[in-house]
Amino acid sequence: MSVEAIIFYILAALIITFGVLTVFTRKIFRAAVFLLFSLIGIAGVYILMDMQFVAALQIVVYVGGIVVLIIFSIFLTHSSGERLAPQKLSRIIRAGILSAIGMLFSVWIITHHLFLPVTAPPIEHSVQNIGLQLLSYTSYGYVFPFEVVSVLLLAALVGSIVIAMKIKKQ
Amino acid sequence: MEHVPLAHVLILSTILFFLGIYGFFSRRNLITMLMSIELILNSVNINFVAFNKYVYPHQLEGVFFTLFIITIAAAEVSISIAIIINLYRRFNTIDIEDTKNMKF
Amino acid sequence: MNYDLSAVLILILPLISFIGLSLFGKRIKPELSGLIGSVVLVATAVLSLFVAYGYFFDFGKLDGAYVKHIAFQFSWLQFNENLSIDLGLVLDPISVMMLLVITFVSAMVHIYSMNYMHGEERFTMYYAYLSLFTFSMLGLVVSVNLFQMYMFWELVGVSSFLLIGFYFTKPSAIAAAKKAFIVTRFADLGFLIGILMLSFGAKTLDFFVLIERLTATGSPYLAGFTSTTFMGLSTLSWALLLVFAGGAGKSAMFPLHIWLPDAMEGPTPVSALIHAATMVVAGVFLVARLFHVFAVSAPDALSIIAYIGAFTAMFAAVIACTQTDIKRVLAYSTISQIAFMMFALGVAGWGEGQNEGFTASMFHLFTHAFFKALLFLGAGAVIHAVHSNEMKDMGGLRKALPITHVTFLLACLAIAGIPPFAGFFSKEAILSSAFEHNKIIFYVGLITSGITAFYMFRLYFRIFWNKAPHADGHNHEGHTWSMNIPLIILSLGAVFAGLIPFGSFISADGKAIELPFHLMFSIAPVLIGVTAILLAWALYGKKSELPAKLSASIAFLYQSAYHKFYIDEIYLFVTKKILFNLIGRPAAWFDRTIVNGMINATASGTVSVSESIKGMQSGRLQTYAMFFLGGILMLAALLVIKFM
Repeated sequence: MSVEAIIFYILAALIITFGVLTVFTRKIFRAAVFLLFSLIGIAGVYILMDMQFVAALQIVVYVGGIVVLIIFSIFLTHSSGERLAPQKLSRIIRAGILSAIGMLFSVWIITHHLFLPVTAPPIEHSVQNIGLQLLSYTSYGYVFPFEVVSVLLLAALVGSIVIAMKIKKQ
Repeated sequence: MEHVPLAHVLILSTILFFLGIYGFFSRRNLITMLMSIELILNSVNINFVAFNKYVYPHQLEGVFFTLFIITIAAAEVSISIAIIINLYRRFNTIDIEDTKNMKF
Repeated sequence: MNYDLSAVLILILPLISFIGLSLFGKRIKPELSGLIGSVVLVATAVLSLFVAYGYFFDFGKLDGAYVKHIAFQFSWLQFNENLSIDLGLVLDPISVMMLLVITFVSAMVHIYSMNYMHGEERFTMYYAYLSLFTFSMLGLVVSVNLFQMYMFWELVGVSSFLLIGFYFTKPSAIAAAKKAFIVTRFADLGFLIGILMLSFGAKTLDFFVLIERLTATGSPYLAGFTSTTFMGLSTLSWALLLVFAGGAGKSAMFPLHIWLPDAMEGPTPVSALIHAATMVVAGVFLVARLFHVFAVSAPDALSIIAYIGAFTAMFAAVIACTQTDIKRVLAYSTISQIAFMMFALGVAGWGEGQNEGFTASMFHLFTHAFFKALLFLGAGAVIHAVHSNEMKDMGGLRKALPITHVTFLLACLAIAGIPPFAGFFSKEAILSSAFEHNKIIFYVGLITSGITAFYMFRLYFRIFWNKAPHADGHNHEGHTWSMNIPLIILSLGAVFAGLIPFGSFISADGKAIELPFHLMFSIAPVLIGVTAILLAWALYGKKSELPAKLSASIAFLYQSAYHKFYIDEIYLFVTKKILFNLIGRPAAWFDRTIVNGMINATASGTVSVSESIKGMQSGRLQTYAMFFLGGILMLAALLVIKFM
């Protein structure tokens, strides 16, 4: 067993542990922090898979942006130290059964499916390659989705401001 | 990473995915449900990256999809936070059981 | 002036009067509306005189026989190339005669009502209803088509219903109106089935085509119709008997007569018009209209009609002797007289020397309209004066109501068949045709005419004699010109109508016939009539105990006649006890429990299903997501099973 593999399994265990804590904890702020750790672990997995750019993005956007946003909204809507109201037992049982079935089903498929790698020569997943293909407008170029996504981001920005804006009562 | 089989990575992402599903179903608080969704999205991202790495190493599509998903997740979170805040203003709670005016 | 146009106008004018009065009645003064109605009706009476003159003396004759003349016709509902419902206006001897009678009596009643109904709250509506009735009755008699007749038949029923129930605040009037409507409606069911059978057999609804198809020898329609029999009568006989059932309902033949005496709850002029002179003879008219078919193709049906008529005549006359309400006496007298017309038709046959009965029946219809309307209007004047219908409140009124007295006496003489009044001639004709064709019916008729004379003079003596003259000697008639004029005019009719040579105008086949008149034959009926009058004088001329003693000596007979032979009670027993309990209740139970139960079960099933599935639409995001995930898992499982 190589070092990489050992690191991967440790990371995996951490990711899952923090994921479980995120889902099960009764304190919302802690949930956000556990989520943060889980996401950092995922970034570690990306690095292990030689995807430095994606890992960086994961850290910047998720850890630096989304989780911070979530923490902000927690501050806006919760007083500190508040425990979350428990869910109905029947709902928890149903959710557990459904997720367990789904998980077992998916794991069964994964373990019984043979993923055959293609034999073509691999390319390096460097930032340069990613940038070139992302902004290329030849075939297999991703400039159009890139532009669409940027418009979407703008729209989401404007939309969230409009939604969260206080409507002055006349 | 050559010593870690693809299946194990996929199992990691599957566990994470269904943790997210479970959280989405069992939580009552909208923000924690949002966090569960983030978990789900991340598990998908892991899948894309893993497939790109293991099965199609000569392509970049998995990376691109991950990028787009991260972007869209950011947009989604910003919108949902706005909605949650708006909801909080109106009902003074973000508990999903108390805000069921969509019923019937 | 054009005859056809006048004939159409006869029909249209009362309709316009009805529409106008009912639409604008609230805006005009009651007196004015009465005047409008009367003027319109007098105009139609003049027009129908004109048309009658034209028909009988100008254009109606072809080769020495009166033929039908279609003044106006259009096809209203075309079912197929053979079968259509036409609306039209036919002039032939009987319809022209009926036009004359209806418009004349109606005009008299309109004029009479101006005073009689004066001060009534719904005076205008009364005139509107009268006009509606006149319109529908005229439409009935000029129908070219069985179905047109049926429509007007029902319209007549409706207007009769409205007029009987005119005093709708009186429970008895409402009950009477309902009874009349239901009984005649029940009879009309038979009429409708008869119409359907006839039109099915003859493949037409047009009267004249139908008559031709069902009377021509060797006609395929007739052969198809008479080939099947049921209970000894051919299908055609059954169809015609069903048609007659409708006529019996309208004409109050036994056992459907029960509505007519109760219908006297209506205003008296209405009784005079509808329930004496015009509507109740609609049944006679109907049989007369189809007489050719009856006589040629279904003589068995015709003889049944004759026996029903003879029985009803006798039956109603006996009841009339015991009634104390003067209008009811007149009502039973009407039933009896109409039954005379019926059996006169029934004893008649087709062909030379056979069909005097037809003419006699129409003749009696004509004269009866005059003297019976006169009797009713006279009774109305009496009721108007004493404010009661009961005989015991009357007596000695001859000084108080001199004009009424004289005209009433003339009418009584006419109905009793004393020469030379109108009733004598028509009744003689009926009796002699019965004598020639059916002896039993002749004797029944003879006795009945004696009873008729008796009860009419019982009525007359009880009203105008019996007690001492009214002490005040006050004349009640001074200011009632509009009531007296119709009385006088109608009494002229009652006296002189019999002198018309009726046979030369109206006969079954249009050819002029000579009504049989033998002096020797007439002696018996007249003698019986005179005897009956004298008997009535002896019993009722002066106040005495004799009638009470007499009735006590035949108590059983008297009581049963007084209670109308318990026919009403039998009907009530059959409908309320038997029909209601055996059919109505189970049907209601079935309706409420089974039919409603099924509907309710469907409804509650739908409700419970929707209650149970509406939880799915809970508005809970997580529940939706669970269903979503479950669906996806199932789909995935399906795909896996299929492709792995």
